[in-house]
Amino acid sequence: MSDELDQLTDAEPIKDPGLPAHQHRPTDVDPAQELRAERQITGMFTVASLLLIGFCVAYIMIDKDQTFLGWSAMNFTLGATLGGALLLMGVGIIQWAKKLMGDDEMVELRHPAASTAEERAATLEDLNAGINESGFGRRPLIRRSLFLSMSFLALPTVIMLRDMGPLPYGHKNTVWKKGMRVVNDVAGTPIKPSDLQVGQLVNAEPAIMYEKDKDGEAVLHGTELLQEKSKAAVIVVRMKPEAITPSKGRENWGIDGILCYSKICTHVGCPISLWEQQTHHLLCPCHQSTFDLADNGKVVFGPAHRPLPQLPLALDSEGYLIAVSDFPEVVGPSYPELARDQKRLDDKS
Amino acid sequence: MSTVDERTNIEDTEFGKKAAGPVGWLDDRLGLAGASKRSHLLRKVFPEHWSFMLGEIALWSFVVLLLTGTFLTFWFQPSMAETTYNGSYTPLNGLEMSHAYASTLDISFDVRGGLLIRQIHHWAAALFVAAMIVHMLRVMFTGAYRKPREINWLIGISLMVLGLVEGFAGYSLPDDLLSGTGLRFVDGLLRSIPIVGSYLEYFIFGGEFPGDVIIPRLYMVHILLIPALLLALIGAHMILLVYHKHTQWGGPGRTEKNVVGYPMLPVYAAKAGGFFFVVFGFTALMGAVLQINPIWAYGPYNPSEVTAGSQPDWYMGFVEGAVRIMPNWESTFFNYTWSWNVFFPAAVLPGLFLGVGAAWPFIEQWITGDKREHHLLERPRNAPFRTAFIVAAMTAYGVLWIGGGNDIIATKFHLSLNAITWFCRIGLFVLPVVTFMITKRICIGLQRADANRILHGYETGVIERSPDGGFTERHAPLPVGSQYSLTNHDRLPVLEAPPETDHNGVAAPHSRMAKLRAKAREIYYDGSVDKPTVEDVHHAEEHLRDHDGHPVELGDEFQGVSESGVPRVH
Repeated sequence: MSDELDQLTDAEPIKDPGLPAHQHRPTDVDPAQELRAERQITGMFTVASLLLIGFCVAYIMIDKDQTFLGWSAMNFTLGATLGGALLLMGVGIIQWAKKLMGDDEMVELRHPAASTAEERAATLEDLNAGINESGFGRRPLIRRSLFLSMSFLALPTVIMLRDMGPLPYGHKNTVWKKGMRVVNDVAGTPIKPSDLQVGQLVNAEPAIMYEKDKDGEAVLHGTELLQEKSKAAVIVVRMKPEAITPSKGRENWGIDGILCYSKICTHVGCPISLWEQQTHHLLCPCHQSTFDLADNGKVVFGPAHRPLPQLPLALDSEGYLIAVSDFPEVVGPSYPELARDQKRLDDKS
Repeated sequence: MSTVDERTNIEDTEFGKKAAGPVGWLDDRLGLAGASKRSHLLRKVFPEHWSFMLGEIALWSFVVLLLTGTFLTFWFQPSMAETTYNGSYTPLNGLEMSHAYASTLDISFDVRGGLLIRQIHHWAAALFVAAMIVHMLRVMFTGAYRKPREINWLIGISLMVLGLVEGFAGYSLPDDLLSGTGLRFVDGLLRSIPIVGSYLEYFIFGGEFPGDVIIPRLYMVHILLIPALLLALIGAHMILLVYHKHTQWGGPGRTEKNVVGYPMLPVYAAKAGGFFFVVFGFTALMGAVLQINPIWAYGPYNPSEVTAGSQPDWYMGFVEGAVRIMPNWESTFFNYTWSWNVFFPAAVLPGLFLGVGAAWPFIEQWITGDKREHHLLERPRNAPFRTAFIVAAMTAYGVLWIGGGNDIIATKFHLSLNAITWFCRIGLFVLPVVTFMITKRICIGLQRADANRILHGYETGVIERSPDGGFTERHAPLPVGSQYSLTNHDRLPVLEAPPETDHNGVAAPHSRMAKLRAKAREIYYDGSVDKPTVEDVHHAEEHLRDHDGHPVELGDEFQGVSESGVPRVH
């Protein structure tokens, strides 16, 4: 091996001239420079101390509503004093190392990462002694049954995770049902067709989101409200009736060009809100899936696969928009059992 | 500067005399002096190069994260229970929100210095991942992952993956509109996992999205599970670094068998220790003047709202881009829905990036058949295939990143969103090939330039006119140290076709594998320029010396003008 290496070295076009001679720094040879560096570094540490005192003063003195050049004065002063002090300390220490500490390079020899043959042999011998004394090799029955119980240890580990959450059954329908009013999602007020102009889009929710029970408490609140919102949020849009090309069976799902679609993107569930009046396209701000609302919510661009589910509309006796039923299609992002759930919905209708 | 003569021995100083007792007490029980002597730790030599500092940035920003993160836990409440906000930020007063969001608002507006620490924490997180990635690129470009450091490379990959998950978990905790949008994406990703997707979604979110347990669970992951793993792996990373000793650049006196540099005590202890303060100070200044994640501007999470231009933190940008530019493929078979449009870009593709990255040292070793230890770094130009491969991977990453910002680019530059998306879809496959070829040619060109500088010297800037009127530039030989540095790398192996048959004339076993390997090796070394041989150099020296009778000798003291950065002093 070493012969081989020597041969290789011989074949090198340029011989290693060895480490270059050490060059002294100005601070090594000039006492004035040395003193200057010492003062600089001491200066940095001193200013750092002052800044840290300034930090405490600012903490106590500055009112948290005060502003400075548009920043929060507190945030700026605390950050500037702390950051400045830390930087000066760091730079000072590094300057000390670079200018004043010994700068003679040292050479350390490397050793192969592997253990030597003797070390390996000795360790192997210890290992063999231990294994033989344990009888690990001679008692296969014990050994195998131990492995068996060890592998069974995985079972409780996995089964204990069962109560992390419920099983994913029966939660795919939304709170929409026959006769529920479509209400504006800011004020919760019901919507009349006359409230909407052609080209207008309104974010809406099912009326139950704003209903109160007899004690004056919201029927849906907290987590439950968020869960229902993440499925039931809709957009109501009015287009020219002649622009709309409803597919078979959807001819009477709108009122005078007013259609209602799920607001939840079928890609990964972002609420869709960017509306292009001219093209009737609705664009998802998260991943730019684009749906054509005049053409049954069909995907025209982007990573979403399924069209936006449409909610069939009707008018109640007071002339407000209501739902005819829940969505006839699954809303939200796809999931493995979607095909089955969709089939069940189709069978129902 | 101190020589042995002027040394003061610590045991003779006043401090030393006072400390001797306690230190002796400790050594009686811990044997510290012996451990230190055996590992040679106090005077351990570290080589010096600016690029060795990148990993240090990652290390110190992690320490900054631990310190600032601990401070934030004193006030943050990881609860999704409902509360009505009534704090200093009046625009949100009276609004229903989770305790997580409300307590983050309190940290930002009511705890003095809370906003600063929050911003330092977020900036340090962005810096942590950035420094890890740049450090990894340094290691890749210089071949520092080669034997015996493959395990440390794998530890590094694990650290990076954990860093990404840790960052994402932290990003989700404040329960503001933006972090909720991120979680909604995770929900969609979980659902897209074939067959078990819905189960994973319900188990992780504790029911239907968003549920009320995801933030407490992520909090545990963010402040306990992953930090503990990160700490353990960083410890292992450092121990292996000390055991293997740091790689170094080759040069005069710097060989495969030694490491040349400054000792841990005092120089590296001071430089590295000082650098911690620099990193902390830098992130503190960023926290002071650069706003990051102003959660009060987004409002509490509401699944029916989103802001246009929603973006994840920068390190998730490539996944975001992949998700955006993926065609909308979804299929139904075996009565199951398979959402390739989400599963492929968000799960398979990042896995592919990391898998190839993790396997690369072993793939390269298989191709080159090189089983030796390497402690000298390889200049990127001297491994053209590797360098071009990394640049191709970076290009793919960059294209995905552009895809992740396609809406911002479209609005800022008034371009068509669809055109940008299509550019990325095609560019993801075409541009890496283009940059691969360009990079490889550049590397080979640089190799040739190196050979040229060894054989023909460097350009002195001295223009000579010949008797017949021609102008030429005088070349002078490089200093021998520079010549040595340029040739201090492996010679190219001789490529041989594998034998079709063994010595008995029977078809050789594994011959198909051997052929594949020979082919791979051919591609790997294709075009590489070998360094000059002894004869080449000898020949060139004569040529340079006897260059058709220069009228003026340059002499040994000549300090030529060099535009190429070659040291002028010989």
